Amino acid sequence: MAETLDQLFVRLKEQLVSLLPATRQPLGSALISVAAIILVFAGLFAITTVLERKGLGRIQNRYGPNRVGPYGILQPLADMLKTIVKEDIVPHTADKVVHFLAPLVLVAPVFLALAVVPVGRNMVAMDIDAGVLFFFAVGAATELSVFMAGWSSRNKYSLLGAMRAIAQMISYEVPLILSAVSVIMMVGSLSTVRIVEAQAGYSAWLPDWHVFTPWGLAGFILFMISATAESNRSPFDLPEGESEIIAGYYLEYSGFKFALFFLGEYIGMFAVSGLAITLFLGGWHAPLPFLAWIPSYVWFFGKLLALIAGFIWVRGTLPRLRMDQLMNFAWKFMLPIALINVATAGVWHFMDPGFARWMVCSLLVVGPYVALGRALFAGRKLSWRMYSYAD
Amino acid sequence: MSVAFALIAGLTVASAVAAMTLRNLVHCALALTVTFAGLGAFYLQLDAQFVGFAQILVYIGAVAILIVFAILLTRGSEPPMQPVFSSTWAVGTVIAVVVFGVLAGMILSSKAVPHEIPPVRAATVRQIGDQLMTKYILPLEVVGLLLTAALIGAVIIAMQDKQTK
Repeated sequence: MAETLDQLFVRLKEQLVSLLPATRQPLGSALISVAAIILVFAGLFAITTVLERKGLGRIQNRYGPNRVGPYGILQPLADMLKTIVKEDIVPHTADKVVHFLAPLVLVAPVFLALAVVPVGRNMVAMDIDAGVLFFFAVGAATELSVFMAGWSSRNKYSLLGAMRAIAQMISYEVPLILSAVSVIMMVGSLSTVRIVEAQAGYSAWLPDWHVFTPWGLAGFILFMISATAESNRSPFDLPEGESEIIAGYYLEYSGFKFALFFLGEYIGMFAVSGLAITLFLGGWHAPLPFLAWIPSYVWFFGKLLALIAGFIWVRGTLPRLRMDQLMNFAWKFMLPIALINVATAGVWHFMDPGFARWMVCSLLVVGPYVALGRALFAGRKLSWRMYSYAD
Repeated sequence: MSVAFALIAGLTVASAVAAMTLRNLVHCALALTVTFAGLGAFYLQLDAQFVGFAQILVYIGAVAILIVFAILLTRGSEPPMQPVFSSTWAVGTVIAVVVFGVLAGMILSSKAVPHEIPPVRAATVRQIGDQLMTKYILPLEVVGLLLTAALIGAVIIAMQDKQTK
């Protein structure tokens, strides 16, 4: 029963593909996977927008959307209708072709990146040998789309936003990839399916997920911070900076093109969270052995929603960084810690399992963290900041 | 020659020509990016996954962005007034075609080049990694040293600029 439920969608796809003539089957199989990815994640995008607005409303002591449908749950439908019906305004001086292409260049790669994320047992669109590399390669194309949008709008604020976004994405791509490298080293494969398989099984009462090791925990935290910066979300939302540069690189976009940017940003967030789950949180594996009867895809999407909730919580609580803080944090703190973490993973690999290995690797993680933090804060006067406007 | 090869080849050559002939430098850079992507697609079509993805990651993710930044930081984004073609383009084309013809003829008639295409062996990422860490460790380290030196040099140039202000 559990087996049937787990493989429900895989069987369904096999049934559908077997209806086709033999020569058309590879194409049909690919098309079904593509349609499933687009439908599921676009649906998740719709749900996330309303959840995010509701959650932020709670954090900021207000209601959030509550007019369309019960508890405002149909708000995405209204938003979708609005963006489709709205006039698409292109600035007179804009570079028309590049302006048109920018949202497409953003949305296509982020959906492509989802193709290598295993969402359940046997549920991955492409099991390729260099899966993680593929993910980062297609992710690189989004930087270009940001530039295209900012430059083609012929607007100073757009260009400023694009420059900020690209500088930020390039800076945080380094710790993002380096924190993934430690996992790749330990598993010995770039394939996302192999990485998930390597995290099967349980030792004592903990599952064998990479996050439950010293280097894995440090890597996971580094990865999530970099992922927040890569997807331009608060507290790393300088490229949008409503109070300084209005909305950054998509300032001159309206109607459905604006919606495409919004979609691309959220799908990118889902994709990078999906990769974080694959690399560190055991993919679709259940956290405890007696929970393994729950279908694998439920675990994957449960973990995905938990990470998204974390993103929303962080967005609601942290103020925006300044540009110099952003760069200092990336190059002086994240990069050295990520490099040391790669070495820690090597130490973990060559030491015998046991208490000593845990102690040594924990020291290797905590020691540099404390030392580097102290060194960077040396000579700076830090005190409580008093705000007087709310008295 | 398959349909996929023809499509990729056509796109790569067309975008390369566009990168040379377009008037606006940013358009040229974007066309060049399409050429990079076409090359990456070639590697993928030849079953060289690692090289293909590395090409996309490095050239589209880093080199294209670098080119675009260099263009924006060094000159105005307005297209130039003078024509993009040099006045001696006809002679240049003739010389280029002759040189290409001579080189191609020499290579095709050479005995050093095997004319039978060797059977394709799909190299996995693991094999490439093993080779890089054993047989080709010295070139890898030299390249790493070179890049580190370039990085430190760039930082030093930037720092001096700051101190003289």
